[in-house]
Amino acid sequence: MKISTYVKSFRILLLVFILSSYHSFAQDENTSGSDGLSVEAAVVSKGEQLFSGNCTQCHAVHEQVVGPKLAGVYERQSVEWLISFIKYPQKVIESGDEYAVALYEKYKQYMPNHDFLSDEEIKSILSYVKAKTIEGPPPAENVASNDSGTTGGGQQSGFNTNLLLTIIGLLIALLIIVMIAMILMISVLSKFIRKQGDLSEEDQEYLNQKFKFSTLLRSQTFVTVVALVFITFAAKATVDGLFSIGVQQGYAPDQPIKFSHKLHAGFYEIDCKYCHTSVEKSKNANIPSANICMNCHNTIKTTSPEIQKIYTALENDEPIQWVRVHNLPDLSYFNHSQHVKVAGLECETCHGEITEMEVVQQHSLLTMGWCIDCHRKTEVNVKNNEYYSRLLEAHQGNDPMVVEDIGGLECSKCHY
Amino acid sequence: MSKKIYWKGLEQLNEEADFLKYSEKEFPEKLPTQKELKETSNSTDSTRRDFLKLMGFSVAAVSMAACEAPVRKAIPYLNKPENIDPGIPNYYASTYFDGSDCIPVVVKTREGRPIFIEGNGFSSITKGGTNPRVNASVMMLYDNARAKSPYKKGKESSWEEVDKDIINGLNSISANGEALYVVSNSICSPSTDKVLKEFSEKYGAELVMYDQESASALTEANNILFGKAWVPSFDFSKAETIVSFGADFLANWINGVEFTAQYQQTRKVGKDKKDMSRHYQFESILSITGASADYRTPIDSSKIGLAILDLYEVLSGAKSKSSFENINKAAKDLRNTRGKSLVVCGINDLDLQLIVAKINSLLSNYDNTIDNSTPLYTKQGDDKRMVDFINKASSKQLSGVLFYNCNPVYDHPLGDKLAEGLKNVKLAISTADRMDETASLCGYLCPDSHFLESWNDAEQKKGHFSLCQPTIRTIFNTRQAQQSFLKWSGNSTDYSDYIKSFWEENLFETQNSTLDFTKFWQKGLHDGVYEVKNRSTLAHRDEKASDTIAPYDEGQVFSNIKKKYPSNSQEINLVVYSSNVIGTGNQANNPILQETPDPISKVCWGNYLSISPSLAKRYNLPKQVENKVPTIELSVNNKKYTVPAIVQPGQAENTVGIALGYGREGKNIGKVASQAAGVNAFMFTSIVDGFSALAHDRNKQFSLKPTGNLETVAQTQTHQTIMGRETIIQETTLPEYKANPRAGRYMPKIATGKGKVDPNDISLWDVSSDGYSEKGNHKEKAKKSSTQLLWHERVGIKADKHEYNNHHWGLVIDLNSCNGCSACVVACTIENNVPVVGKQEVINRREMHWIRIDRYYSNPSDANKNNYEDLAKTAENPEVVFQPMMCQHCNNAPCETVCPVAATTHSSEGLNQMTYNRCIGTKYCANNCPYKVRRFNWFKYHNNDEFDYHLNNDLGKMVLNPDVTVRSRGVMEKCSLCVQRIQSGKLKAKLEKREVKDTDVSTACASACPSKAIVFGDLNDTNSEIRQVMENELDERAYNVLEEINVNPNVWYMTKVRNKDKAEA
Repeated sequence: MKISTYVKSFRILLLVFILSSYHSFAQDENTSGSDGLSVEAAVVSKGEQLFSGNCTQCHAVHEQVVGPKLAGVYERQSVEWLISFIKYPQKVIESGDEYAVALYEKYKQYMPNHDFLSDEEIKSILSYVKAKTIEGPPPAENVASNDSGTTGGGQQSGFNTNLLLTIIGLLIALLIIVMIAMILMISVLSKFIRKQGDLSEEDQEYLNQKFKFSTLLRSQTFVTVVALVFITFAAKATVDGLFSIGVQQGYAPDQPIKFSHKLHAGFYEIDCKYCHTSVEKSKNANIPSANICMNCHNTIKTTSPEIQKIYTALENDEPIQWVRVHNLPDLSYFNHSQHVKVAGLECETCHGEITEMEVVQQHSLLTMGWCIDCHRKTEVNVKNNEYYSRLLEAHQGNDPMVVEDIGGLECSKCHY
Repeated sequence: MSKKIYWKGLEQLNEEADFLKYSEKEFPEKLPTQKELKETSNSTDSTRRDFLKLMGFSVAAVSMAACEAPVRKAIPYLNKPENIDPGIPNYYASTYFDGSDCIPVVVKTREGRPIFIEGNGFSSITKGGTNPRVNASVMMLYDNARAKSPYKKGKESSWEEVDKDIINGLNSISANGEALYVVSNSICSPSTDKVLKEFSEKYGAELVMYDQESASALTEANNILFGKAWVPSFDFSKAETIVSFGADFLANWINGVEFTAQYQQTRKVGKDKKDMSRHYQFESILSITGASADYRTPIDSSKIGLAILDLYEVLSGAKSKSSFENINKAAKDLRNTRGKSLVVCGINDLDLQLIVAKINSLLSNYDNTIDNSTPLYTKQGDDKRMVDFINKASSKQLSGVLFYNCNPVYDHPLGDKLAEGLKNVKLAISTADRMDETASLCGYLCPDSHFLESWNDAEQKKGHFSLCQPTIRTIFNTRQAQQSFLKWSGNSTDYSDYIKSFWEENLFETQNSTLDFTKFWQKGLHDGVYEVKNRSTLAHRDEKASDTIAPYDEGQVFSNIKKKYPSNSQEINLVVYSSNVIGTGNQANNPILQETPDPISKVCWGNYLSISPSLAKRYNLPKQVENKVPTIELSVNNKKYTVPAIVQPGQAENTVGIALGYGREGKNIGKVASQAAGVNAFMFTSIVDGFSALAHDRNKQFSLKPTGNLETVAQTQTHQTIMGRETIIQETTLPEYKANPRAGRYMPKIATGKGKVDPNDISLWDVSSDGYSEKGNHKEKAKKSSTQLLWHERVGIKADKHEYNNHHWGLVIDLNSCNGCSACVVACTIENNVPVVGKQEVINRREMHWIRIDRYYSNPSDANKNNYEDLAKTAENPEVVFQPMMCQHCNNAPCETVCPVAATTHSSEGLNQMTYNRCIGTKYCANNCPYKVRRFNWFKYHNNDEFDYHLNNDLGKMVLNPDVTVRSRGVMEKCSLCVQRIQSGKLKAKLEKREVKDTDVSTACASACPSKAIVFGDLNDTNSEIRQVMENELDERAYNVLEEINVNPNVWYMTKVRNKDKAEA
């Protein structure tokens, strides 16, 4: 006993030591790294943004996607080499650089030029890669689990309802116990009185009268109470029902292809706009056409039966018939570019945690009340936008200018 | 204030009992819904109980249906084209061409389907103008009655089979040296011209061109006098005096859209331009051109020749005075504006055209207002050759004929004769888009694709090229006619490559901006037009110019005219004309066009005989009662036709008129055409001296006989009357306007306890400060200069409780420029998914148009309102004013205050918003609208076979604008000032982080207007065109209709100015 405890505590100590020393070592290297990659949080987060915007389509840090996995890439080649390769891959390969040629031989594909990135930006991406490399791969269990299923709305309140039900149940049980006790007491008492024997006739009658259930049922008070309760519940149900007509919150239909947003947007962190290309220019955030899928899936997971469906569609020239999840009625006009580009809203604001959804479901109510509520609260994104200058000038008071203030609740902003 | 009275029809002028009965009602007394329901179903009168039962059932059904939301599919592209994003329109430049109009356009497509056509502003000819047929032509693309495959002997066939047969047939004809003809309307396209030449060379065919409304005599006259066998270019913009003899040059005479654009430049007046042209019109029927004229003289078509002769003689000094009204005056003005005048004649009579050309050369108009070195290619028809061709056909000398997009059996005076002759032709081919009158007599129908599905080029005038590119793949199994010709000529080139190589060979050298042909071609496709600067080098057309000028005997011409136009003629003339809406009937199956009323008579769905008031009196015609008009039996060449007759003010005394383009009842033309029915007026035309004449030839037997019956016509004329208020049209004359820019303005004053005040100074809404004490408040508050103010500060709208901090949308409509052409009506209908309701519903006064053109007749102001004689004279020749009328977007809107459910509200940008899904259809708003512009949806017009137009089939629905709701039954609707365009223009500015510019937004009506009479814009934007106009005109010509009721509209009108001499005004 004593020995094992000793051993255990020693192990823990050792682990703590190793971890801390590793940590301090890492920190040491980062601050004065031989590769010159900064570890400042700001740089890393900037790198993260750039990485998710430009690289995730083909690269992951800990996995080989279209291109090689990037963990430790800064150790394989010098930063200068990497910068020139990232900027002009084809040029480097054609210059006969051995490593680059080997890469090309392996992947048989040119990476596109990234000459629009500055050296500093590429360095920040590398810093991010480095930070990620050090962090190590994420636990594997999150990846591609297909069985998490769908969940409807209304689960948050589950706990409260259960508690309430338990309390009501307990109260009812208590009531029944009290009733039984009362009945017992009554029968004991009446037995006792009857044994006494010296009762007047009137009292005798009173004692012998029988409880008639039918009388109770017919009594006006009872009928009124029952009717009232019934009407109240029926009315409530009707009103609730009417309000929910056409509201499809939580709607998560099965799709012809089991596409997982959790995997693509969540795990691989592919930017929404990579597939939904028109979200910043059009009223529609288009469902990607099959050729966008093919950008990656002509090399990745080509044998998966789900991805085979895309190939079949392309071969047969038959478009994929997705089931529409978000159905706005035709009488209302909604424009994605207004909200995403002009107002700068995040997709998640309306579509919820899409990165957690295996099957996409409707997160928001999509009712007019929901729209208006947001227009009442949301401040107009006037930053650097000349369009709003006259409105801003005319806006009075210290409150921020919300959408409502510039006519965001007017009918023909959405209905025409 | 003008003392004129305005009237919309004779029944109002004469204050007939029936007119008065209906004039004060928004809806006719009896609502025929019940009756119609009974006709279409077997149910008896439904009772209240039935209603409750039905309602109970529907509520149950609706809630049942609502439990399970339908599964909707979202189907993306498999391979998305790079330039197409769902939800974003694409625009392509193209060219509309229908055999007579050739108009560069811009086509708006959404998700690959064309939905709207507007004019191409790059064209120096049309300057972005269109006419109703151009706008409506997108509807014909989705016409279900089009031929869906090639036909062989009336049965559907395949291209392989048809091609084989035709090539064999052509080979045998050319091997035997038999006669083969290609018949066509004018061919504008140089590439098509080349294709047909190649075809003709191969098979020894002869090409004959004719025009439905021929200018052959004009061409011939130009040839005789100048050795140039073509129609010269006219420039109305340089003309200070315009004299027109029966030429409807603002509508269908040669290049109506071009002439409208030129004409309006001379008619606009403003702060910096106080001059305008003077326009004389001598005509037998009242045309829209005549309606715009300053001096209009109705002359019977049998006398008009004498008027022309008189003008020539007065000008040349041979005669000192003419007995015709206004001829002496016109001569005086012409003499004073020598070289800056223009005389045109729309009558296809060689002798008259010769005299008119002589007049123009006497006035040295050639090389000034007439450019004889730039031929117009839209009218190249040669009537004589066409007659020769028909004679050949009927005398069995013809073996083969190919009709390229023309329909002479229907639209040629000798159509009957040709129909007979075609029976004996071995090989007859038509490339019509449907089994029309000619095609059904041909062995083969090889349907041409719609112009929106085709490649083509066009040359309207020498050196003015435009391109036509496909905006959608062929919907049916059709093939471009040019491709067919190439195939039959054994040329396997794709027609698009053919055009390209033609441009490379002929046009590429004429420019020096780029050395790369691909760039030149792409710029051509992008701009849609290409105009050659140095046109003398162009040599691809064989122009029929000869140096030797034919002998010309003036004496002979004089005596010809005197013989043809006898001065003492009292006989009745039948004049055939084309309306600016239907034209010659190519688009007879277009429901949107059929429902657009004729600008003058306001009749839609069918033609009628227009008859002069005095002739009606002579025949003792019963009076028109509401929409019921008397019918007349017309007998021509022993054939009898019964047509409704409409008494038309302004028509020459002994003239009756009838419009072309109707009577296309064949089952293959389409359901719409047969619903419109009418009589084919081409049957009444004839060949006179070898030229197609649109006036009746006296050699034909012709008589009129009233039948005593009444027939109901779909006429919108007396709908939405002005209810006796006389402040709607404000007009003046040029001399008065020059003296006082506010001349003709009606400025009402309201009597109050504090004296007379402007209507603007009283407010119903301004409770706190009863509206009187605030005078001048706005001016004090504002330290900015007046031009920097927001519009409502600028005009001081006090009663206005609305604040427009960013935009203040508005319209300015110049009554001086509007000629009533109705292009705006069609554009609005298509842009806003306005349903077509059909003839019966128009008769029931339920047309749905969001914009209408009110046409008012008025007397010259010196006529005495109480003198019946004067009024009768007025009816003979009234003045005409057109007024586009749509929702006025009042700042104090009467409709808004009466809606019980707040379905119509005011926006912070000055719009009067209509929210359909909130509307419960009480119609209070329509009753309270002083302008009568609200429309109620009596029926569900889509997916309803009772309204078998375009909204009940999938193909027709393709024309719908996806950004505009399709309204359902039971709601009110009205002009939204194209709010969908406003919203998308604003979004464009927001995305580019800048302020909205004029070019971002325009309404459909404003963008379609060929005379730029409608200007739309942001009144708050001090740089916008509308603000500039209003800054100049606010204290001059601008006025609001019904100013005295102080509803403060955001739609402004500008007074009409007529260039009349003072004494006569």
